[in-house]
Amino acid sequence: MITAMAPDALLQVDDLAVRFHGDAGTVAALNGVSFTVRPGETVALVGESGSGKSVTSLAIMRLTPPPPGCRVTGRVMLRGAAGEALDLLALPAEAMRSLRGSRIAMIFQEPMTSLNPVLTIGDQIAEAIAVHRGGARAAVLDAAAELLDLVGIPEPRARLSAYPHHLSGGMRQRVMIAIALSCDPALLIADEPTTALDVTVQAQILDLLRRLQQRTGMAVIFITHNLGVVAEIADRVMVMYAGRVVEQAPRRALFRSPLMPYTAGLLRSVPRLQVTAARVALEAIPGNVPDPTDLPPGCAFAPRCGHVQVGRCDAAMPALEVAEPDHLVRCLRWRDLASGTPG
Amino acid sequence: MTEATDIAATVARPSRARSRALARFVRHRLALFGLAAIVVLVLLCAAGPYLWPYNDLRINMRQRFAEPLLAGLHVFGTDELGRDMLARLMMAGRVSLTVGFAAMAISTLVGILVGTLAGYFGGMIGTALMRFVDAVLCFPSIFLLLALAAFVQPTLLSITLVIAATAWMEVARVVEAQIRSLRERDFALASEALGASDAHIMFRELLPNAIAPIVVASTLNVARAILLEAYVSYLGYGIQPPVPSWGNMLNNAQEYLVTAPWLALLPGLLITLAVTGFNFVGDGLRDALDPRLDIS
Amino acid sequence: MSRFLFHRLAQYLVLLWLVSVIGFAVLHLAPGGPLAQFTLIPGMTAEQLQVIAHQMGLDRPLPVQYWEWFRRMMVGEWGRSYRDSQPVLYVIGAHLWPTLELMLSSSVVAVLLGTWVGVLGAIRRYSVFDYLATIGAMVALSIPTFWFGLVFIYIFSVKLAWLPPGNLYTIGDGSFLDYARHLIAPCLVLALVTIAIWSRYMRASMLEVVNQDYVRTARAKGVPERAVLVHHTIRNALLPMITIAGLQLPTLLSGALVTETVFTWPGMGRLFLDSIGYRDYPVVMGILMFSAMLVLIGNLLADLLYAVSDPRIRLD
Repeated sequence: MITAMAPDALLQVDDLAVRFHGDAGTVAALNGVSFTVRPGETVALVGESGSGKSVTSLAIMRLTPPPPGCRVTGRVMLRGAAGEALDLLALPAEAMRSLRGSRIAMIFQEPMTSLNPVLTIGDQIAEAIAVHRGGARAAVLDAAAELLDLVGIPEPRARLSAYPHHLSGGMRQRVMIAIALSCDPALLIADEPTTALDVTVQAQILDLLRRLQQRTGMAVIFITHNLGVVAEIADRVMVMYAGRVVEQAPRRALFRSPLMPYTAGLLRSVPRLQVTAARVALEAIPGNVPDPTDLPPGCAFAPRCGHVQVGRCDAAMPALEVAEPDHLVRCLRWRDLASGTPG
Repeated sequence: MTEATDIAATVARPSRARSRALARFVRHRLALFGLAAIVVLVLLCAAGPYLWPYNDLRINMRQRFAEPLLAGLHVFGTDELGRDMLARLMMAGRVSLTVGFAAMAISTLVGILVGTLAGYFGGMIGTALMRFVDAVLCFPSIFLLLALAAFVQPTLLSITLVIAATAWMEVARVVEAQIRSLRERDFALASEALGASDAHIMFRELLPNAIAPIVVASTLNVARAILLEAYVSYLGYGIQPPVPSWGNMLNNAQEYLVTAPWLALLPGLLITLAVTGFNFVGDGLRDALDPRLDIS
Repeated sequence: MSRFLFHRLAQYLVLLWLVSVIGFAVLHLAPGGPLAQFTLIPGMTAEQLQVIAHQMGLDRPLPVQYWEWFRRMMVGEWGRSYRDSQPVLYVIGAHLWPTLELMLSSSVVAVLLGTWVGVLGAIRRYSVFDYLATIGAMVALSIPTFWFGLVFIYIFSVKLAWLPPGNLYTIGDGSFLDYARHLIAPCLVLALVTIAIWSRYMRASMLEVVNQDYVRTARAKGVPERAVLVHHTIRNALLPMITIAGLQLPTLLSGALVTETVFTWPGMGRLFLDSIGYRDYPVVMGILMFSAMLVLIGNLLADLLYAVSDPRIRLD
């Protein structure tokens, strides 16, 4: 089934699924995920650990473990540099490799362990440049120094010969960003890039990412569990739960009128400056993320949901419905809840 | 770690579980093979000499260098004095295996004692003892073994003691590490609070919990002791003829390598079989008893 | 000098001292002690023995004797060989090179082969190759080195006549090729155990590294798989192996002694055995101490090399 790629899309994911196979059975880490990212846009993937947001990013990059342990199905289309539509999951390994780091780049959650401890910062940036562009060593190192300057590292020349352990977590994440930006990617996947950092450093890194995005015009898929971060940077938001998209909407719509009870729960658990004065209690969502090897038959959120209708919500998986143009929700009761009918 | 790798870790691992289970099964089979080899060797050496028509010491100059399988009942051939090789191998096996087990027992006891004392008391005593262990390990074992063996009257007992003297350090290290970590746990403190004596806490409370790594280390120590006996006897400073051991049977076999290669091949094969057997069993026990020690 | 190295150096000095204590103990624990040699001389009377004991200082208190012995050892006065009255260190020096040659060449072979086996075993974990390598390593560790040497001679010298059965070179020849031909068999025989050990540790080290985040980062950068393996995985996995290499020295020396015996290789191992045969006490003690010191120096070098190779250990 060949569906054309939407003309305005940079990345188009259709029905992406990831399964891990083992003696203990098969685990569907990701199910029927579809979304589009347009050039220059920031899409946030939000969810708790185990919701499938990181698996989504690794599947797009084709960095999931090799089969037979892990199988990826569905379709991931990427607009190539010349405007052509590339079917990433069907590309030869070598063609996919040459896209990684050049057309799509990625930064990770753990800046402390994501850099090779025994190579200099300069070497690690230069490697990315050399792999995709080649060039004389001196020129490559010049480019690396420029990148360090771009991501706001003082004394970039001197830093080239520093090792990762000489730098703080925030600085290392800046280096990761420099590596990711080294070949002007059209799409940057940022997998919880600020989670491991101090709050003040988090703000700096977010600010840096936003400025770099404005400057380069790249699209960003921003993976996070922190809705506060989402409010700051996202154009559109996808909320994931237990390997599925449960709500997808422009940022404003999502924050103003969340339709899925899970999203509403997430929003209520975010501390907000305005309301602390009123001492509105923060609500944690009761219960835990379901075991991926043992998902309930119906809505995966049903066991934790305050609006659950027994016999209905836990019977079958609800479909992802269009509530408004551009606002999708996976909940049987969204109409009732939106119109204020009690559960 | 990101959630993806978490999932990959908890979920993808079962996907390798089939091959993992296979790995464990193969290991297990190796351990079974090792055990079978040991049992067969022990039975052969223990009972064989009573059942076999030839005496290991009977010289028959008319039957020198009889080739294996070609000289009637001398299935493993005869040596340079016409002695039956199988009879000699069985008697030699008694000696080699006895030395192996005895040296293991002694070195394990010494290792347990040193390790327990060092691990329990820690501090100055512990450091001093473990540094001493380190220092002994600086000497290449065969050099130390020969230097000790060269100046004692070589008897079964003295050779066993000398081998044990160069083989107790591993056990000491393993036990020390175990005791040191166990000591921190609550039950040692509880016993202490109840007024139990040091000796009681060490040997009744702590040591039983360290039994698994001790069993593993001492199994591997049998293999080591058999090898060391072979080395020192081959070099002429171990078990002295006419008492045969697998090692000293090889002592002058090199001279006859051209005319009678079986003199060299057979004892070495039995040494390798026995040592491999103990190593396989030790490795299997390590898998079964203490997966943390697994380096692979 | 970094604190790390200072700490290590201090540890090595303590070890060196303990090594000397053990050496002294072996010397005096032997039945008859250092006098044993003289009791074997026919017609030796008790009075004469007493005189010798006095000359050797054996009638003084043990701590005094130890101090005297230690002091002399530290300044290189290791006594003279009973056989030819040459200074012990000179005798050792004369036999050192063949041993080092054997150890170095077999280490190179073992590190190359062992690394290859370990890397392949790790990246094709649980493959047939991996099983065979695992089983092979355990069997290799169970084979007596000298017997493996005999089998080697039987196959390659007796049956195939490809390689000489021993010695450093053919008398009357002595070309480089002749030396090389003589080196092959002992080098490979000695390498067997080291290959087995090295490949196991290398495999374990690789398995630690392949799941590291920075390897994933390299892939995300678009680095080709081969370069990921060489520049990031193998390179990082080799680092801790430097320490392992240092720790293998005693095993290697032990193996060298046995290998030299089988291949009549005129090195330190042969010298040690010959000296035992002649009851040449000073040389035996000298080699025992010398080999332990060699091990200590080797470990120290490994630590230094590790400190230089791993940027995380600061040398400032």
